[in-house]
Amino acid sequence: AAGMFLRLLSDVRWRAANPKWRRMTCSQRSTSSTAEPHAVFLPAQAQVVICGGGIMGTSVAYHLSKMGWKDIVLLEQGRLAAGTTRFCAGIVSTARQVSIELKMADYSNKLYQQLEQETGVKTGYTKTGSISLAQTQDRLISLKRIASSLNVMGIPCEIITPKQVAQLHPLINIHDLVGAMYVPEDALVSSANVSLALATAASWNGVQIHERTSVSHVSVQKGRVTGVETDRGQIQCQYFVNCAGQWAYELGHSGEEPVNIPLHACEHFYLLTHPLKEPLASDLPTIVDPDGRIYIRNWQGGILSGGFEKNPKPLFTEGRNQLEIQTLQEDWDHFEPLLSALLRRMPDLEALQIMQLVNCPESFTPDMRCIMGESPTVRGYFVLAGMNSAGISYGGGAGKYLAEWMVNGYPSENVWPLDLKRFGTLQSSRTFLRHRVMEVMPLMCDLKVPRWDFQTGRQLRTSPLYDRLDAQGARWMEKHGFERVKYFVPPGKDLLDLDQSKTFYKPDWFDIVGSEVKCCKEAVCVIDMSSFTKFEISSTGDQALESLQYLFSNDLDVPVGHVVHTGMLNEKGGYENDCSIARLSKRSFFMISPTDQQVHCWAWLKNRLPEDSNLTMEDVTWKYTALNLIGPRAVDVLSELSYVPVTPEHFPSLFCKEMSVGYANGIRVMSITHTGEPGFMLYIPIEYALHVYNEVMNMGQKYGIRNAGYYALRSLRIEKFFAFWGQDLDAFTTPMECGREFQVKLEKGTQFVGQEALLEQKQNGVYKRFTMFILEDHDTDMDLWPWWGEPIFRNGRYVGKTTSSAYSYTLERHVCLGFVQHFDEKTGEELVVTTDFINQGEYEIDIAGQRFQAKAKLYPFSSLFTHRRRKDEVELSGYQRE
Amino acid sequence: FYLTPPQVNSILKANEYSFKVPEFDGKNISSVLGFDSNQLPANAPIEDRRSAATCLQTRGMLLGVFDGHAGCACAQAVSERLFYYIAVSLLPHETLLEIENAVESGRALLPILQWHKHPNDYFSKEASKLYFNSLRTYWQELIDLNSGETTDVKEALINAFKRLDNDISLEAQVGDPNSFLNYLVLRVAFSGATACVAHVDGVDLHVANTGDSRAMLGVQEEDGSWSAVNLSYDHNAQNEHEVERVKMEHPKSEEKSLVKQDRLLGLLMPFRAFGDVKFKWSIELQKRVIESGPDQLNDNEYTKFIPPNYHTPPYLTAEPEVIHHKLRPQDKFLVLATDGLWETMHRQDVARIVGEYLTGVHHQQPIAVGGYKVTLGQMHGLLTERRARISSVFEDQNAATHLIRHAVGNNEFGTVDHERLSKMLSLPEELARMYRDDITIIVVQFNSHVIGACQNEE
Repeated sequence: AAGMFLRLLSDVRWRAANPKWRRMTCSQRSTSSTAEPHAVFLPAQAQVVICGGGIMGTSVAYHLSKMGWKDIVLLEQGRLAAGTTRFCAGIVSTARQVSIELKMADYSNKLYQQLEQETGVKTGYTKTGSISLAQTQDRLISLKRIASSLNVMGIPCEIITPKQVAQLHPLINIHDLVGAMYVPEDALVSSANVSLALATAASWNGVQIHERTSVSHVSVQKGRVTGVETDRGQIQCQYFVNCAGQWAYELGHSGEEPVNIPLHACEHFYLLTHPLKEPLASDLPTIVDPDGRIYIRNWQGGILSGGFEKNPKPLFTEGRNQLEIQTLQEDWDHFEPLLSALLRRMPDLEALQIMQLVNCPESFTPDMRCIMGESPTVRGYFVLAGMNSAGISYGGGAGKYLAEWMVNGYPSENVWPLDLKRFGTLQSSRTFLRHRVMEVMPLMCDLKVPRWDFQTGRQLRTSPLYDRLDAQGARWMEKHGFERVKYFVPPGKDLLDLDQSKTFYKPDWFDIVGSEVKCCKEAVCVIDMSSFTKFEISSTGDQALESLQYLFSNDLDVPVGHVVHTGMLNEKGGYENDCSIARLSKRSFFMISPTDQQVHCWAWLKNRLPEDSNLTMEDVTWKYTALNLIGPRAVDVLSELSYVPVTPEHFPSLFCKEMSVGYANGIRVMSITHTGEPGFMLYIPIEYALHVYNEVMNMGQKYGIRNAGYYALRSLRIEKFFAFWGQDLDAFTTPMECGREFQVKLEKGTQFVGQEALLEQKQNGVYKRFTMFILEDHDTDMDLWPWWGEPIFRNGRYVGKTTSSAYSYTLERHVCLGFVQHFDEKTGEELVVTTDFINQGEYEIDIAGQRFQAKAKLYPFSSLFTHRRRKDEVELSGYQRE
Repeated sequence: FYLTPPQVNSILKANEYSFKVPEFDGKNISSVLGFDSNQLPANAPIEDRRSAATCLQTRGMLLGVFDGHAGCACAQAVSERLFYYIAVSLLPHETLLEIENAVESGRALLPILQWHKHPNDYFSKEASKLYFNSLRTYWQELIDLNSGETTDVKEALINAFKRLDNDISLEAQVGDPNSFLNYLVLRVAFSGATACVAHVDGVDLHVANTGDSRAMLGVQEEDGSWSAVNLSYDHNAQNEHEVERVKMEHPKSEEKSLVKQDRLLGLLMPFRAFGDVKFKWSIELQKRVIESGPDQLNDNEYTKFIPPNYHTPPYLTAEPEVIHHKLRPQDKFLVLATDGLWETMHRQDVARIVGEYLTGVHHQQPIAVGGYKVTLGQMHGLLTERRARISSVFEDQNAATHLIRHAVGNNEFGTVDHERLSKMLSLPEELARMYRDDITIIVVQFNSHVIGACQNEE
């Protein structure tokens, strides 16, 4: 059956394209059954070896060769575009939730549109448009949010009524619809032919393509790629790109130095039919019905329809299993719910004849976002895989960003949400992946509301206090495998079930978090913040200080016992990490970074610290439990427990002292809280964690102590305008752009990474500015809540997007943080953003199409700060993270 | 009138019974895992009976279904008594002596059978003494006859069947001073019953059948599919050999009148049966017994009626045909059922439904469109049916119940249709018999591991 389908889809017109390449590949293609000796030998060496001849591999080859890299070999174990790419439904859809994914899809669409002209290969590109249907009001809100982002990116898109849907598509049953989103520029392609077109253009540019060549493993020396072993010999290379799709995980583990690529395959089904009596027009819009979990496109006069069922079938958990490959059959019983949804959406199709049910595995990742970037452990080892069934939509853009990354050292957009380094080894367990993708695949169609958490693969990393906190009503979320408390449900109070609590409006925990915030403001709270990444860097001489002075923008040559907030910047001055560093002694430093920095920061430092046996860096994340003691009475609790005066006079802000708390000695206490509130962070060796917690809670009772969670923390930090790396800050944001000049010491006497870029910004001004918005006419009870990613309008014109938001219980208003840019009204050119530009505008925030007035501020409300600070620090001392 | 699914379930499950052979620590491991049984009445009261028991003085397990006609008296008596006759026939000489001595000296009797009964399955207390005396006479004769040979199961089964039928006949001729018992033995003799009995001992499976109930073996093929093997022959007009046998036993002059409208003497469907003395006794004997019998018997038109062309009795026998089968690991289960089941379902379907149910593998044969012309609507209908079939599997904890659900509720797709099920079960008593017969089913599940091990030993 599969063979029949191959013939149907493969219009092998690409053959005519390039005589040179044809010579290399066609001989094998035409004699596929006989084992003829390969006509062309593999080269002994190349700059880049790409493994995988699907849409990803060919796109990377295409873009690398466009950028001037010529010495590239692409290896494909079977035939080009014969894997998942061949079976892909070929829908190019730009309606994406995450901004970087949206950009990739938009670029792909534009690339494919001109590909036929460029290469002469028929790609089947047809601009059909797509219609996403909403059966519920919540779904419509979700679509409106996407529509807002598409519009400000200049991608045509509109919210339409069910009636308009019926006008655009003759077969749709609209009686259960509340609305829809129409994206007229979305397209259909033959994905295999797109891939072949990219391969053709790449081979024109000198890329060598070898089919029927499989990579057995990747050779690594001193943490760098040196070559690949194939079944046809060795190739030495500097760069290896793993585009092996669903086999990427396995290939990653086949080398001497394993590269963890957390993805897992699931079976994916779609249906092909014979043409209708009156064949469907080839430009009929594609229908996406997320509430019915299906998509429907026109296909050769009939339809192609597939979907994402609630009960996916994961496969290849144990790697390439011949048995499972053979059983990749049509499973009609499994497809039944999707077929029902299809017939409900298009009842007239009842009489349409079935051609085939196609079963093509797709690979999914633990967080529903694709995987790209360089391995944290093996330099020169790049990955592009795990497309979560959107390979054709992302293919062009993803290939472009990865090529830029390889050629320039960094891509032209912030791709952190997709970076391989967001994962560690902990996401590479086969069991974890199997369970998680079974949750992820149905999520493709589930409603995505603010603050949802994955339910599978949980309770992996926990604090020693987990059980204690859980027993007190903790509700948990997960970051980088670590369980963290969202809030504590008071005894006797019940919250809604997980499913029912999904909302775009005011959530059911509103009052609970409100009382936690109040307690932080008026008394004292304790928050377990053990998930933070903690490194210790020390040396025998001055190596540690010297290296850190070069890698961090703030001045770390401070007296012992000081804590410094500083960015770890790249050459362009952008934040690779944002951290707090305590100087423990002359020669050793304690560094605290966001939870999900564990892999990225480690790799960044490892690659840049000098090879010196006298300089050591250790990941001590697991060694310490971190308790954040927040609130005006924190000082009382701590002093009673330690018999040491810790009032601001004795223990001012931004200091670190080792002291005893209760019976436990050696607790690192820092006078920071990550919120701007007074208080302390206690770094406790894990065996003392329970003791210290118990002591704190007992002693704190008379001061009204209670547990609090991250939601309270977030509300506190956002109302004080504290930016958080990974949410507000990224590799494309400099300290100058977010009001953190004071954390940059341009004159500290030593050179540091990013210094030149920052100097230039200081002279010329910045092109975006981190701004705080207070929503004015927003009704917390009745209106949609902001999340992040909402467009910001200044005097009616789009100027940027929000990056985070929270309700401020103090201001009794919503606060959004975001970046404001200045586009020339005529040319659209980016201009310098001045303080006046920010201050002299009327602002609105667009939440799902509805605009709310907002007041812009460049500095936080000083009235919110009550704490005495060290003289040389201004108020904006914190870096925050959620 | 419409029954909700829970109402349907309570009707279907009212008579269900399951027995699991207890497992001992590596000892006495049986080739039988257990059995499920159930009955669904169409007659009121039901005329079918079932029995199951473990032989305690010999090895083996006995299971049987009995389909009564002209009342339930004969089926009831056979269901109570037949297994004792079989067990006694199987007993070695020493055990028989021991039992006789115990009875003689008023000592406690060795238990012969352990019954596995549903609470609704009753034994008549009043007749137990009478029945016991007949049985004792039988074993006394067996002791006297002591052949010294080891008992052959096949022979034992045949002897037991014939002896019980003979006793039923004698008891009716002799009568009983107790008028209730007198009437009882007459009703037993004048009504009839077929019997299909299985004896399982290790890998030896014997099925003794008299009449038109049926035993069927469910076999799992290497590819996982299910097939059916018959372990009995129906004794009715559809069985050429049986028609031939009847004709052989009577003069040629009667050839035409022997089988009419597929019935024996134009009256009786099964060609072999217990009781039914109207087809066994001479006309004189019948008349004498009826005349001296109680008034109720005289008032009964049926008993007084002498079959037409009744020249050379007996026309009917209770002698069973016995089939011996050596169990193989692929033999997964045995279905014993009265004709009520076999009228509605093909044995191949029975094998598949029970097989899929027992293995817990609800993966039905996957559907492949292949080259067929199937529309989306047709496929959707088919898939919905298949899903309904799967959900009905999960409703039942008893294979026999599951089979009855299919027998009564199946639609043209071979899947359970709740509406049909509801209609069939809510038929008024007087109509029910026109749409369906009493159904009695026993599904015996075999222990493939034990069977495989036994095979290897041999």
